[in-house]
Amino acid sequence: MSKIILSKEHGKDVTDMRTAYSESMITMAEKDERIVALDADLMGAMGMKPFKKQFPERTVDCGVQEANMIGVACGLSVWGKVPFAHTFGPFCTRRACDQIFMSGAYNKANVKVVGSDPGITAAYNGGTHMPFEDMGIMRGIPTMTVVEPTDIVMLKNLLPQIADAYGMLYMRLVRKGVRKVYDEGSEFEIGKAALLEDGRDVTIIASGYCVAEALEAVEALKEEGINARLLDMFTWKPLDEEAVLAAAEETGAIVTAENHNVINGLGSAVSELLAKKNPTVVEMVGVQDEFGEVGPVDYLKERFGLTSQNIIDAVHRAIARKSK
Amino acid sequence: MLDETQKKEIKRFSKKAQMEIVKMISHIPAGHIGGSLSITDLLSVLYNKQMKINPKNPKWEERDWLVLSKGHCGPALYATLALKGYFPVEQLETLNAPGTDLPSHADRNHTVGIDMTTGSLGQGASTAAGVAAGMKMDKKNNKVYLILGDGELNEGQVWEMAMMANTKKLDNLIAFVDFNKHQIDGRTDNDDVCNLGDICAKFTAFGWYAQRVDGHDVEAIDQAIEEAKAHTGSPSVVVLDTVKGHGWSKIENTAGSHSRGVSPEELEEALGEMQAAMDEI
Repeated sequence: MSKIILSKEHGKDVTDMRTAYSESMITMAEKDERIVALDADLMGAMGMKPFKKQFPERTVDCGVQEANMIGVACGLSVWGKVPFAHTFGPFCTRRACDQIFMSGAYNKANVKVVGSDPGITAAYNGGTHMPFEDMGIMRGIPTMTVVEPTDIVMLKNLLPQIADAYGMLYMRLVRKGVRKVYDEGSEFEIGKAALLEDGRDVTIIASGYCVAEALEAVEALKEEGINARLLDMFTWKPLDEEAVLAAAEETGAIVTAENHNVINGLGSAVSELLAKKNPTVVEMVGVQDEFGEVGPVDYLKERFGLTSQNIIDAVHRAIARKSK
Repeated sequence: MLDETQKKEIKRFSKKAQMEIVKMISHIPAGHIGGSLSITDLLSVLYNKQMKINPKNPKWEERDWLVLSKGHCGPALYATLALKGYFPVEQLETLNAPGTDLPSHADRNHTVGIDMTTGSLGQGASTAAGVAAGMKMDKKNNKVYLILGDGELNEGQVWEMAMMANTKKLDNLIAFVDFNKHQIDGRTDNDDVCNLGDICAKFTAFGWYAQRVDGHDVEAIDQAIEEAKAHTGSPSVVVLDTVKGHGWSKIENTAGSHSRGVSPEELEEALGEMQAAMDEI
């Protein structure tokens, strides 16, 4: 069961996500000799040099070979290892999609694919490196678990669960600092949404970068007398159907918020469920089927409509549609 | 070195496997017969002489692994495994039948004795290297045998693996190229599709220990494997000059043999030819 302790303030963490990732990987590898790390020439960029230094025999830097890296990771896992294979999100999910599908999922392998710099956080690497489709591609592969940790506290809590559960998993991960949402002591369960705010007027279902923006939106909406429920849907697959259906039933309107294309994204996942089980008003905050572009994150969040104001506007639209 | 008895046994086993392949494919509209028939001599050397295996305990920890990266030639491996006792020979008739455990492409989650699921070309190369890397990490002496098709060498992933496996000194990885000179759209040794050129030279340039032998000479195959096992410090490849559709003269060396059916008359003809060859051994 999840245990949520919200951080008192939501400024940017001084520690990078990659530092927390690397430290957790070392801690886990000390206890579990099956854990190995692979990369495609981004070991340094991912902060994994300390891991390589401590476990040179359990590190495979394949060079700029995403397809081969995923294949090697799958082979290692069939042998019995628990490989974590990292590269930038677009290059694992787009370039090595068939390897993840066939050598991985179809083969019933056990690889934890880590795709960094999700969506607008690719910032200065620009449109070529800006995955707005990675989660959707992974979600379409049977048996894949698809997650997006929100902050360092969640990341550190999820990683041991990820290592322990057999099966293919995709995790998109910001490398640099993200805004704090949770305090130490919070606990999360893959497949279970975290309830950050209970409300009855509307439900915001957010993920990743958009969770901190949604928290701001919730506070602003309170000023207007709108009580929004906020769910952090860090597991996109398997979706927490119970939480979504309860939100639809109890609040009657849903706003999804994702740092991803709204096509084949979190909004799609929520809508697919609601269309089948309980048709409900849904507004989607996210990238409207566009390519990314270069720039600072603060520019990109405005450019692609991922701000707290965008979420507030969507809430207004959803509530207006609900009352029709 | 193989003695005369071993040599005859290995040749006979290969012929039996070829007969099972044509029978299997005669039950379905079409199957990957050409590339299956070209690797039975290799499989026979591996499963009867070179590989550490235990058909009664297919997941035996000390076994050598086989990755059939040209996964469409599953029928050749199925025939070999059945004849070795991994599962009943009668099961071969279920190739591609609804709900079967013998799908056209090799699948470790369905078939007893299959070590890796393959089918999307090039991918078995990397998974085999991954298994070899895992064995090295655990300081195990098992070997990984990888069978690549010649058309499969078109895939960039094979060469990614070749570069990496040498860098990581995976000398427990022994690859074979079934150089039967044909892929679906033409020959592999001219400009029909993608000219493979000198395959040994290419692997040598990637740091591998490369040999080229007659892929239907079981003694030569066995000797090449012995040399590959003795070689240390880099992976090995053995390029096998083979005949696509080997053992059934009507389809030998034809592109059309890649995937085709076998009519009842053709089955009789092919089995007759193979039986005659067997009698001569």
